[in-house]
This record gives sequence, C-alpha cells and structure tokens, in this order.
Amino acid sequence: MNFYHYAAPATFYPLAGKLWPWFAAIAALLGLIGLYIGFVVAPTDAQQGEVYRVIFIHVPAAWMSMFIYLVMAGYCALGLAFKTRLSAMMASALAPTGAMFTFVALWTGALWGKPTWGTWWAWDARMTSELILLFLYLGFIALQSAIEDPRRADRAGAVLALVGVVNIPIIYFSVKWWNTLHQGASVSLTAAPKMAETMLWGMLIMALAAWAYAIAMSLLRVRAIIIERERQTEWLVEALEAER
Amino acid sequence: MNTDFFALGGHGLYVWGSYLVTALVMVVEIVLLRHRRRQAVEILQQEAELAEEITKSNESTS
Amino acid sequence: MTEREFFGPGEAISWALRRDLRLALRSRGELGVALLFFLIVVSLFPLSVNPDPKLLRTIAPGIAWVSALLATLLALGRLFNNDYADGTLEQMLLSPLPLPGIVGGKVLAHWISTGLPLVLVSPLVAVQFGLGGGELGVLMVSLLLGTPILSMLGAIGAALTLGLRAAPVLLALLVLPLYVPVLIFGAGAVEAHASGLGAGGHLSLLAAGTLLAGLATPWATCTALRIAYE
Repeated sequence: MNFYHYAAPATFYPLAGKLWPWFAAIAALLGLIGLYIGFVVAPTDAQQGEVYRVIFIHVPAAWMSMFIYLVMAGYCALGLAFKTRLSAMMASALAPTGAMFTFVALWTGALWGKPTWGTWWAWDARMTSELILLFLYLGFIALQSAIEDPRRADRAGAVLALVGVVNIPIIYFSVKWWNTLHQGASVSLTAAPKMAETMLWGMLIMALAAWAYAIAMSLLRVRAIIIERERQTEWLVEALEAER
Repeated sequence: MNTDFFALGGHGLYVWGSYLVTALVMVVEIVLLRHRRRQAVEILQQEAELAEEITKSNESTS
Repeated sequence: MTEREFFGPGEAISWALRRDLRLALRSRGELGVALLFFLIVVSLFPLSVNPDPKLLRTIAPGIAWVSALLATLLALGRLFNNDYADGTLEQMLLSPLPLPGIVGGKVLAHWISTGLPLVLVSPLVAVQFGLGGGELGVLMVSLLLGTPILSMLGAIGAALTLGLRAAPVLLALLVLPLYVPVLIFGAGAVEAHASGLGAGGHLSLLAAGTLLAGLATPWATCTALRIAYE
C-alpha cells in the first residue's frame, strides 16, 4: 500500500469510478430507511406537533455543511504541504456539495422556525455562522473559478479555506457573545424538546445517508475535474475508451 | 394513504417545502455534474480530433 | 560598502513603510477618495432612515463601522496592484529583504493612509449623529484598534486576487465575511459604553485581535503572494 500510488489521478480516476456507485446506493438505501423512520415510525412530537419532522434533513444538512468544510480545509492543508494535486482536486470537488448542504440547512431552518418560533430568521449565533459559512463556500468557488491557471487556483483556494476554517469559530463565538448582550431579540434554539429515541435514530441514519451522498458526489465531481485537468494524458483517453 | 399524512397537522406546507426543495437542489447538483463531465469529455475529444487532423495534414505535405 | 546577505525584518518593515508612505503622499488624490467615500456613505444613512435623533444615536456606531469596512475594502486595491503592474512586487519577492517584513511594512503604510484618517474624521460622524463625548471617544478607540485588523485580513484577499480580472468584486466576496467579528466588537464597544456596561471587554478583544492578526496574517499574505507568482 503506497499512499502516493492512490494519490495519483491516473490510479484514483478508475478507483473513484468503481467506488461512487456503492456510496450512491448506500445513500439511497439509508435515505429511504431514514425517511420511513422519519415519517412513519417516529411519533408526533408533543410540543411541536408534526413540523419537527423537518429535523430529519435540517440537522444532518447542518452537520454535513460544517463537516465538509473541515474535510475540505484538511485536503487544502495536505495539498499546500505536500503539493499533491489530487488533494487539491478533492477540495474543489467537495465545495459545491458543501455549499448545497449549507443552503439546505438555512432553508429548512427558516421553514422550521416560522411555525415553531414564529420567525423565518433570527440573528442567532448558529444561523449567522451558517450564513457566513455559505459565503465562505461561495467565495472559495468564485475564487477558484476566477483563476485560470489550475495550480494557482488550487493553492489560492487552499489559503482561503484555511483562513476561513480559523475564522469560523471566531465568528461563531463573536456572534454568540453579541447575542447574549441583546437578549430578547433572539429565540432560544437550545431549548429543544427532549428527543425520543426513534427520532435520534432517524436523524443519525439520515446523517449517514447525507455523508454517503456527499462522498458519491465528490467522487463523481473529482472524476470530471480530472478529465478537465489531465486532457493531454494518454491514460485518460484509454480510461474513457474502456468506460464506453 | 390518507390526506392527514400530507397535511401533517396543518404544517404540511413547511415540512413538504423543506423536503421538496432539498430534493430539488440535489437533482440540480446531479444535473450540473453530468453537464460538467459531458463538457469536459467533449473538449477532450475535440482536442484529440484537432491533433489528429494536424498530424494528417503534416503527413500529406511532407 | 559590502554586499549584505542578511537583512532583519525590522529593516524590511521600515523600508517598505517609508517607500509606500512616500508613494501615498505623492498621490494624495487617491488617499482622499477612500476618506471621502467614508464620509459620503455615512451621510447617506440619515437620509435613508428617518432623522430622529434617538434612532440616529443608536445606529451611529454600526454605520460608522460598516462605512469603515467599505472604505478599507475600496482602498485595498491600491495595496499591491500598482507594484504588481510595474513589476516592483516581483522584485520584492526576489529581494534579500524578508518578505513578511515587506508585507508588514506595506500593510502598516496602508493602514496609516486609510485606517488612521478614518479615526481622525470620526468626530464628524459624532456631529452628524449626535453622539456624546464619551461615545465618540470609545468609537475612536475602537476604530484605532480595529481598523488594523481590516487592513491585515484585507491584504490576504488582495494577494489572493492579485491580477485577476474580477478582482474588486471577488475581493469584497472573500474579505467581507471575515470582517464580521471586527464589526461586532467594534460597533458593540460603543453600544456597550452607551448602555453603561463599559467598553473594556470589547476593546481588549479588539486589541487581542490586532495582535493575533499581526502574528498570523503576514504568513498567509506571503503565501498568497508567492502563489500568485509561481
């Protein structure tokens, strides 16, 4: 087992091609089980009624949005330190999926908040950080797409992602602190109702489904990126021929 | 299935609004991804054809 | 005189600082633009909300800070662009002077020519919005402590977008989200003072932020500059 062997686009491209259908299948299967638990097995919540069923996508999406940014920053650090092209490509492949989950977390949060707390939006620390996170994702994607030289795009994006990952906790705690000084304006989202065990299971299974989905998507996207970048290579033409 | 299942105690719009939009953005992501791959492959093939033509024309002139 | 192989960071800072300040003084028009921009943006707000004195006093710190953010952003283009265009920046990267020192000096010069003037004209904001003497004092101290962070974080963004066609818009997209904590503590300091809580906590956090940013951001900016030239 050689790390650098699998870090080469020529070996990773077919490997990703073999792996992604499995993760897509896991995502679909777990997604169906999670939805079944969420809508059929889980009982109606005593306090919130039926609206709480949004939790089965909202919480997994919020988890994934932060987790993907961390993984992305990890790949960026690897790419900067060891100049491995593949890790930079993985970082770019993860960004759109991360942005998608961030948007979903914000959207479902608004739809959940309106009937439950009577407002679409509050300047709560978590919501504000999530919004800033979306901007960070979009900034990363915009910066990389504005730079034509792929090597510079990789490394500039990496610096930005690392600056962002240092800033997220600072932003979170600054907003939190700011919020405690403006009591009354915010809604306390921490006072969530005690969760039934089935709800927790449904949420965990949905989170695993989201995780598998993110892996499948990033593998597919990294394959497209490899095709874009390695156009001049022999092996790619052969690999594309073999896939046909 | 009865209508109660979809009404969800009067909050159906919020719950289904969440799930439908999530499904929608996932579909959009997949469509964009397919498009990206197809475009990359197309450019690659065009370049390959161009390279072939150039070598052919070089052979015919020499 | 012998050729020296090694130069300390202090020499690099003072060299870059003096050079950039000299250049800034030579193009006084550019200096005035950011300052004027700040004053115009600040003056637009009372016209866009109602001129109720009580309301104006509450929103004044936030408006001063948002305008300071935008004015800094506007001036960031000047930080590396001219040196990039005429090739001086490449010379700086190759020179024996340590790059973090050069970058530090340039950022310091940028702050002296944009951040510091904002602090000095902030009494005008106090007049426009009817702030009291104590509040003005806190606003000035918060701007004094906070605007260096804006320049230092902005330098990273300016280096990352160096020479790109979409640089100005991109710079705003990259840098503004990172400014959120500075905005919160800067505007919050004045508010905390006005509500009788005391601004000490906010101001010390801003000072700590400036120190931390001073240690961490030159590294990121230098990396970003080297990436742009690879």
